[in-house]
Amino acid sequence: MKHNLILRVVSKFLIPLIILFALYVQFHGDFGPGGGFQAGVIFSAAIILYGLVFGVDKAKRVITPYILRLLASLGVLIYAGTGVATILLGGNFLQYGVLASSQLAGQHVGILVIELGVGITVMSVMLIIFFTFAERGQAVLNSKAESERE
Amino acid sequence: MDMILGHYNYWMVIIIMMAGFYTVISRGNLVKKIVGLNIFQVSVFLLYISIGNVKGGATPIIETGVDLYSNPLPHVLILTAIVVGVATTALGLALVVRIKEAYGTIEEDDIHNQDQSL
Amino acid sequence: MIENHLSLLLVVLPLLAAPIAAVLPNGRLPWAVSTLVSWSVVYLAAWQLMNVSTGQVISYELGGWAPPWGIEYRIDAANALVALIVSGIAALTLPYALKSVIKEIPQQQHALLYAAFMLCLTGLLGIAQTGDIFNLFVFLEISSLSSYALISLGKKRQALTAAYQYLIMGTIGATFFIIGVGLLYAMTGTLNMADLAQRLPELYEHRTIHTAFAFIMVGFALKLALFPLHVWLPNAYTYAPTVVTIFLAATATKVAVYVMLRMVFTVFSFTFIENTPADELFLLLCVMGILGMSFYAIYQKDSKRLLAYSSVAQIGYMMLGIGLGSVLGATATLVHLFNHALMKGALFMAIGALVYRVGSSRLEHLPGLGKQMPWTFAAIVIGGLSLIGVPGTAGFISKWYLVLAAIEKQNWLIVGVILIGSLLAVAYVWKIIEVLYFKATDELEHKYVTVKEAPLLMLIPMWVLVLANVYFGFNTELTVGTAEQAVKLLIPSAN
Repeated sequence: MKHNLILRVVSKFLIPLIILFALYVQFHGDFGPGGGFQAGVIFSAAIILYGLVFGVDKAKRVITPYILRLLASLGVLIYAGTGVATILLGGNFLQYGVLASSQLAGQHVGILVIELGVGITVMSVMLIIFFTFAERGQAVLNSKAESERE
Repeated sequence: MDMILGHYNYWMVIIIMMAGFYTVISRGNLVKKIVGLNIFQVSVFLLYISIGNVKGGATPIIETGVDLYSNPLPHVLILTAIVVGVATTALGLALVVRIKEAYGTIEEDDIHNQDQSL
Repeated sequence: MIENHLSLLLVVLPLLAAPIAAVLPNGRLPWAVSTLVSWSVVYLAAWQLMNVSTGQVISYELGGWAPPWGIEYRIDAANALVALIVSGIAALTLPYALKSVIKEIPQQQHALLYAAFMLCLTGLLGIAQTGDIFNLFVFLEISSLSSYALISLGKKRQALTAAYQYLIMGTIGATFFIIGVGLLYAMTGTLNMADLAQRLPELYEHRTIHTAFAFIMVGFALKLALFPLHVWLPNAYTYAPTVVTIFLAATATKVAVYVMLRMVFTVFSFTFIENTPADELFLLLCVMGILGMSFYAIYQKDSKRLLAYSSVAQIGYMMLGIGLGSVLGATATLVHLFNHALMKGALFMAIGALVYRVGSSRLEHLPGLGKQMPWTFAAIVIGGLSLIGVPGTAGFISKWYLVLAAIEKQNWLIVGVILIGSLLAVAYVWKIIEVLYFKATDELEHKYVTVKEAPLLMLIPMWVLVLANVYFGFNTELTVGTAEQAVKLLIPSAN
């Protein structure tokens, strides 16, 4: 992909916009269409695009697989942790009302935090899936090339 | 005639469902089976989404002056089912990659023959 | 405070443990976290069963939304019994897992294996706890997806094709189930099971409801491996890692049987089933399953596969109770569900111990091992007796109730089938015992002379289950008592 100048320039221009849009979908989700699932997928699309144009190895330097595994777990923990927090504050599991002073404010805080957890997990899981498949393909190609040389 | 036109969404669902289901059953190629499974699942998504529509109902965002809304619940349910479908597809394809590495083929018959000859 | 959130923590604790186990370094830590969590879950499940054993129903509203709008966890004696089996088997499997996993699975996969195990536990407990039919589907898929991944970790390459086959069939089953749920929702506008049960009776004549029922039944028949939809099961159990086989054989199909009970008796009612061909069809398939699969089991050359076919036959017994459609039948199903988890757990653990020592579960590699590993061999004998249904073991109690249920319905054919099935069980259990003890050749005996008894960490869980088999053969208060209590709530007309 070294010579595709147009692709490289355009994607460098697009990637920040995609990430920005992902954040918009993420945090505007309680007023309009959107939410963690969509935002996570859009965010991961930005990095997958980077990986496709500049190579998977470079993309892995942006977010290493180990950090992705941490993030995927972190998202689930945020989700379940919010539920546990609402229990500790005296409500039922995921009863957002108790998170803030008023019922309405609590609902806002609750859904934002939950969707953040969902977004982080979806983003990292999509990237893990992409990296894992890309890695396998490369490993097979490398071993084939080796066996042909022999 | 009303039986067909009045329920056209159900007919579409049935056609897509059977196309997907037939692909899963009849194809020997493991990737094609997963494609068939996806088509099969998509038909169910359509079933849910189409029953959520209320005739003359507005988008389910509260506004003054509107009192008939479409039902948003099936959409939420199906969002969950879509995520499950993505996870199933990813896991299925990962298994196919591993099977290809272990057997050198993704044709069901070849795999079966290799296991039999052991 | 915990008391109010008891039924929820049962599901949330393993859910929290899964991501934690996934990020811990490979080694003993993920195992320790999972074991700790599984033991606390057993404690919670036992507490929950005590609370509901008096006939009380616990209702927990997720997010504080009142049912039928919000998701409700609704626990009666049936749920609590199933939750106790699932968590109990998990808590016994995990101590057993430590050594077995180190031997069978490459080290870099340990943390992920325990994470998947915890997710599977979350899913199975969730199915047992939830009172919302769509929530049930989500938990079903959580447990199924993690079990596909767990099965594919098996050492042989056939594990991959077994997992793939299970994935295809399991997904078709689950999709059938949501088609049925969607049709029910279109007709009634509710997803809460208790609410569905109230709204359905006036729609019983409607064709859509019959279609929905058919989809749900076929979907779950695939999941619980009812003959002839069982083809995924023998391969999956044979090639999965030992620990996974123990856990899935003892819990996954049991939970599916519980859902079937819930659907047939609570959501729909038996008056509805009697107007469909479903009950006769169940009986027919069960009879064919019991006889056919027991025969198949006799001719197997691999001990794990033999027990897997026996599992399919035993699922036939459980579904017989549902097909008979009486209070006694449902009681027998619940009792057998509990007892079968005990016996298959014990037997697969014993076979796993043999695999741990000699690295193979094929019968031709096992001759004479019974003399080298007397405790494991004794476990197989007692577990086998329970599987046959010899008086004094748990298996006898469940068969006794099944026979009673069949006699009550004057269905002598079923009585005969249960007896013939037990005779066939004698044949296949004898086959393992004969190989282990009486078929020792000099050559193999020489080779195995250095084989030692299984490690203590494997023997203790195995013997806990074996002794439970004997204990529940004499003391039926927990099994039959709870089951009778549960059936009272499952079948309201029984009162």
